[in-house]
Amino acid sequence: MSSSPRIRVLMAKIGLDGHDRGVKVVARALRDAGFEVVYTGLHRTPEEVAVAAVQEDVDVIGVSILSGAHMALVPPLLDALQARDAGDIKVLVGGVIPEADRAKLRDLGAAAVFDQDASTDAVVDWIRRHGVRSEE
Amino acid sequence: MATTGSTGSVDLGALAAAQAEWESTDVRPAAERREQFETLSGLPVKRLYGPADVAGVDYLEDLGFPGRYPYTRGPYPTMYRGRPWTMRQIAGYGTGRDTNGRLKYLIAQGQTGISVDFDMPTLMGYDSDDPRARGEVGREGVAVDTIDDLADILDGIDIGTISVSMTINPTAWILFAMYVALADAQGAPRASLSGTVQADILKEYIAQKEWIYPIPAAMRLVRDLIVYSVRHLPRYNPINVSGYHIREAGATAVQEAAFTLANGIAYVEEVRQTGLAVDDFAPRLAFYFIAERDFFEEVAKFRAARRVWARIMRDRFGARRPESMRLRFHCQTAGSSLTAREPLNNIARTALQALSAVLGGAQSLHANGMDEALAIPSELAMKVALRTQQIILEETRAANTIDPLAGGYFIEALTDEIEAGIWAYLRRIDDLGGAVAAAQQNFFQAELADTAYRYQRQKERGDLAVVGVNKYVDPAGAGVPFALHEVDADVEARQRERLARVKRERSGDEVARALAALAQAARGDGNLIPPTIDAVRARATLGEIVRALRDVFGTYVEQPVF
Repeated sequence: MSSSPRIRVLMAKIGLDGHDRGVKVVARALRDAGFEVVYTGLHRTPEEVAVAAVQEDVDVIGVSILSGAHMALVPPLLDALQARDAGDIKVLVGGVIPEADRAKLRDLGAAAVFDQDASTDAVVDWIRRHGVRSEE
Repeated sequence: MATTGSTGSVDLGALAAAQAEWESTDVRPAAERREQFETLSGLPVKRLYGPADVAGVDYLEDLGFPGRYPYTRGPYPTMYRGRPWTMRQIAGYGTGRDTNGRLKYLIAQGQTGISVDFDMPTLMGYDSDDPRARGEVGREGVAVDTIDDLADILDGIDIGTISVSMTINPTAWILFAMYVALADAQGAPRASLSGTVQADILKEYIAQKEWIYPIPAAMRLVRDLIVYSVRHLPRYNPINVSGYHIREAGATAVQEAAFTLANGIAYVEEVRQTGLAVDDFAPRLAFYFIAERDFFEEVAKFRAARRVWARIMRDRFGARRPESMRLRFHCQTAGSSLTAREPLNNIARTALQALSAVLGGAQSLHANGMDEALAIPSELAMKVALRTQQIILEETRAANTIDPLAGGYFIEALTDEIEAGIWAYLRRIDDLGGAVAAAQQNFFQAELADTAYRYQRQKERGDLAVVGVNKYVDPAGAGVPFALHEVDADVEARQRERLARVKRERSGDEVARALAALAQAARGDGNLIPPTIDAVRARATLGEIVRALRDVFGTYVEQPVF
């Protein structure tokens, strides 16, 4: 790795969904891979996550949703980031996301979508290659 | 030295010599697929098990007879020869009417019990018109705001004769109150009501993560529910102490059983504080375990859990009634073992897991749908899952003798090993001050985060094979060859409109009085079920009831560990 500042990642759960096995496993894998990782804990609103992301000055937000409410919850998060001039923070979405919704989420501005069979290595790899906020 | 193993009297010394000779002559370890084999939970698995592995088993003390202490062989004397397990496929989506249609379909297909899944707002205590409920109403389960919604769910279903299981935790006491009030209104005698609410709040803080109040207040609600239920609904199971979610959050089989039984101990201690004798309520405690993919380990886990619980109840709590020592459990196949890729393979996985539940002596069973990893189940997926259960019962004949794997060297050795692992964890949890204290110290949460991470690494290294995902991956891709359940885009608006109508038609004064009385009771130490029944009768909403007590009890805040 280069000596540039470490990539900062906010792992987040939005909505009422309590499935946190995946988000915690990914958080740990990212930490082990050398990223700085903050985890919001459960049941956050999109607004709260955007505020935390700006405060923590992160490069990447990893949002985990297994309840099926992603189409209702991810767009408000993207909007809340835009409203704070933080639209360049890369938003990754993970969880139970049907194929048809993955393209929709990417069109709306999510940087990448990972399904529940995706490996943590794939997430680590993606962030290493695309995660730095000033890259674009 | 003789053993009581299934082959009768054996000279263990001569046997060991013969086995050593066989191993040196016939066995080539280098020809085996791996150097070491282990169970899904990491217990070592030997090449061969024999009489020496069960030499310590005392038949009457450790196995006994079905329906007799220590219940290793099953909780009832005739098991499935008398009454098959209850086939209880979960249903829940949309509004009460939507779910009612699914329940009636499943009953028409031969289902023998009802199980209702609720949407996230209902589980967490928010009404459908709450901003926090946006996008979640009727999505993962059915929406319930008032007693009228539960009435819709159960419309035309005779709750005096079919048991109703409700998968609900932080708001369980409210759904229970609605159920009792509904039965009263329909004229069904309370003594005839069977069924259950999950109401296992401790595993929420540990694993499933649905909560409202701080742990002591939440424990009080569970206690009030159990006490009220045993006094008024003698056939009702007011709690399902659940290992399922603990396992799905990353536990091993040993952790699942141990943490569940530790929570069971905590509930017994909580209810005993009211002065109720153990034998007056322990017979109504029920359990809920997962059937995961390691077939023999799961069968052994069910048997070990029954044995440990019997010993806890007899020796730790001084229970005298056999029913207090007899562990009964509902079982569900493992959702997280199922894959989004090549989803038809999930039918095979679920069938094998369901068979392990039957061979392990489950009292009721939900088999997951083939679409579990993709969406909430479609009608077709639930039909196939129900048919899977029916095939096990009617075609395989696996349920025609009791505990058929008993006496198998491997099964008995594994049962003993899991039992020993459970006791070791129970001692550690006691040392931390019990399950409530251990949960407050994040003990369980940290243990689960560790094992979940280990499983993920194993999966990624290929040590944990998942067919079609990390092994035998189809280069042509893996599409979904069936239709998925579609969430009705209108459901949120329809449910909000329905709630608005109920609010218009009820008496606001009556609701306010009932909520004030409930909050007043919560400040004291009276049982909260009667004032909750009054509130739901007045058409107070679930969200209003939750808020009334939040003002008294406060809110739980997690300090997450990963």
